[in-house]
Amino acid sequence: MADVNRGNRPLSPHLTIYRPQLTSMTSILTRITGNALLVAALLIVWWFLAAATGPEAFATADAVITSWFGDLVMALSVWALWYHALAGVRHLIWDTGRGLEVPVAEKLGLAVIGGSLVLTLITLVAV
Amino acid sequence: MAYLTDLKRAVGMGSAREGTEHHWAMTKSSVALLILTPLFVFTFGPMLGEPHDAVVAYFSRPFPAIVAALTLAVGFMHFKSGVQVLIEDYVHGLARKIAIILMICLSYGAAATALFAIAKIAL
Repeated sequence: MADVNRGNRPLSPHLTIYRPQLTSMTSILTRITGNALLVAALLIVWWFLAAATGPEAFATADAVITSWFGDLVMALSVWALWYHALAGVRHLIWDTGRGLEVPVAEKLGLAVIGGSLVLTLITLVAV
Repeated sequence: MAYLTDLKRAVGMGSAREGTEHHWAMTKSSVALLILTPLFVFTFGPMLGEPHDAVVAYFSRPFPAIVAALTLAVGFMHFKSGVQVLIEDYVHGLARKIAIILMICLSYGAAATALFAIAKIAL
């Protein structure tokens, strides 16, 4: 492969050229929410490890996770979780070859945004 | 060498025969998490802010403990594959390899820590 020119070629995606669209924005948000959930997941693992260790360790972890900052991370993560889950359902639908037309994909995108907000409200009220 | 076509380069090399494995792994874990995460949110959520002995007593019960263990284990394996695609898109060269290896280590480490902690609480 030494002779292949791997420089100076146009590369996809052309993020700097495209106008932001509902389909691209909802796709990028899927990636952001999925990866950002690492923060909450590590906090939860720490909380479980502290609970297993003893009351003092638990008090420290619990104080962080229930502080205003912890509450903010957890509330945002609840939305990220529901958004990522619904966007994942959209991908499972697309994987069957359905819903790939632009108008349908845009409707599904709106459903993901709206659905994630509703589910987040329900979760924050119920939990 | 300069005039080799892409086809000529590929012919005879065979295929890896696992081109769809990554996608299929994500499909399986995403369906599993679709079931597990709502169960986890509504079992783990109410325990946040509860005193230590209440938390230990709650996660000593089979259902909350198994749901938490499965969600965190499957979740971190799903994250491992997902973050790998993120790194492959934006990081290049040696840094890409290092970043992927580090995130795989972090994913297995976090999953193992979660399983150890939940088992210790439950047993």
